[in-house]
Amino acid sequence: MSAVMITRKVRKWEKLPGKNTFCCDGRVMMARQKGIFYLTLFLIIGTCSLFFAFECPYLAVHLSPAIPVFAVVLFLFVMAMLLRTSFSDPGVLPRALPEEANFIEMEIEAANGNVPSGQRPPPRIRNVQINNQIVKLKYCYTCKIFRPPRASHCSICDNCVDRFDHHCPWVGNCVGKRNYRYFYLFTLTLSLLTIYIFAFDIVHVVMRSVDQGFLNTLKETPGTVLEVLVCFFTLWSMVGLTGFHTYLISLNQTTNEDIKGSWSGKNRGQNPYSHKNIIKNCCEVLCGPTYPSVLDRRGLMQEDSPTLVTSEGPCSFDNPVAQTTKTTAPLIPNEHTPEDVKPSIAASAEKSPSPKEDHSPAPKLPPLASPETDVETSIVKNH
Amino acid sequence: QHTASLVTKVFIQRDYSEGTVCRFQTKFPTELNNKIERALLEQTVKTLNLYYMEAEKVGGQSYLEGCLACATAYIVFFCMETRYEKVLKKISGYIQEQNEKIYAPRGLLLTDPIERGMRVLEISIFEDQGSSGSSPSSGMSSCSTAR
Repeated sequence: MSAVMITRKVRKWEKLPGKNTFCCDGRVMMARQKGIFYLTLFLIIGTCSLFFAFECPYLAVHLSPAIPVFAVVLFLFVMAMLLRTSFSDPGVLPRALPEEANFIEMEIEAANGNVPSGQRPPPRIRNVQINNQIVKLKYCYTCKIFRPPRASHCSICDNCVDRFDHHCPWVGNCVGKRNYRYFYLFTLTLSLLTIYIFAFDIVHVVMRSVDQGFLNTLKETPGTVLEVLVCFFTLWSMVGLTGFHTYLISLNQTTNEDIKGSWSGKNRGQNPYSHKNIIKNCCEVLCGPTYPSVLDRRGLMQEDSPTLVTSEGPCSFDNPVAQTTKTTAPLIPNEHTPEDVKPSIAASAEKSPSPKEDHSPAPKLPPLASPETDVETSIVKNH
Repeated sequence: QHTASLVTKVFIQRDYSEGTVCRFQTKFPTELNNKIERALLEQTVKTLNLYYMEAEKVGGQSYLEGCLACATAYIVFFCMETRYEKVLKKISGYIQEQNEKIYAPRGLLLTDPIERGMRVLEISIFEDQGSSGSSPSSGMSSCSTAR
């Protein structure tokens, strides 16, 4: 019968609400459904591999070795942009902590005054004047905040994202303030890469056919057919998408605003965020400051109190974590959590005979972990 | 040495009148009427706003940083601290200094906005334990003073 006090280092990403998945201990942040992202990777890497295998040897010899070199550079750039877009925080706004949420609720109630019973309270909207244009800030019931201008709630990731553009399943992430330029550069360079491979496929087939005939060429380099097919279909969509986003950037508009028609129709030309100058708009979006993530995924949780682990039977503890002011996520129950646990300071509130009588005033306890599930543990002294 | 307990928190909201740039309202919250002089809080908020403006300035240095980073496929960001991050460090130091010099002696505590998603400037109001009459305001039941 032995009790071991261990501290489980919990990083903040583990307790973040929302439907994101995290990898590499919080360094990587993506949406939950990643299937289409893997397809994107497969198509890009697959097509480029075929190009390097079939076309490049011939072209390097018969035309110029610069061709495969440039293809490699372009390919690496595309991959870098794709991974940056997919793995980074798009600009997620953390949810309001309980005090902040209450404070806002009180303000709303004070502003609404007395609503006669039976009547619905007015919608939660704040009006802000930006550049002589009235912008409505909506209240997000999930995140319990008034969304900043241009922010929107992504239902797939269940987060409010700043300067929300759209959720892109091809990159497996939302596109927002922090990763929009990487997304744009990805579409741009992928278009270039697709055009490049398509063009040199044609050149290669033509050159080889002159020597060997068309059918023989296809027999020798079967990959060409596949590449041409993939590139042909990709080309139209990518070039179209790049063109569309170039248009949006020149107007300093997001896809979300464009779809909703926020600044079109009779509002056209009144986008308050636009500098009315294409160069300035482009510079702001592409060369603006790189905003840091406000999520702090890798920070350690404030509640570094010890976890009790016993070596036999179900564990009990007399003081599970009550909601602290630092986190909004609920306790994660596991099979060791007693059903009728109540927060209490007194050590006398023990539920069953437990082997921890010998340590002093009961500390606050985070979710109980069993030794096999703990990733980072360290043995600490009792205090 | 006496301990202080948390009474309530006041949140200074963002000022969006200049667009999406990071700015906080200089409107003085009524809850702080007897706690601190208006001018001091206004000065703190104005200085913070200047810092954020410096961080988000779209100008020569940000273009240079952007172009250089783009040319290296943004790999350089793994080694280099961006200008925004440098300014955030300055802000964090400034807030700490303000807390030590001005706010803590008055029983207040500023929380760096970055810890609240840059949405609000949170000011916690503390009262000395043992002083009578200070009870949490209604609706703030989630801030408990003692556990």
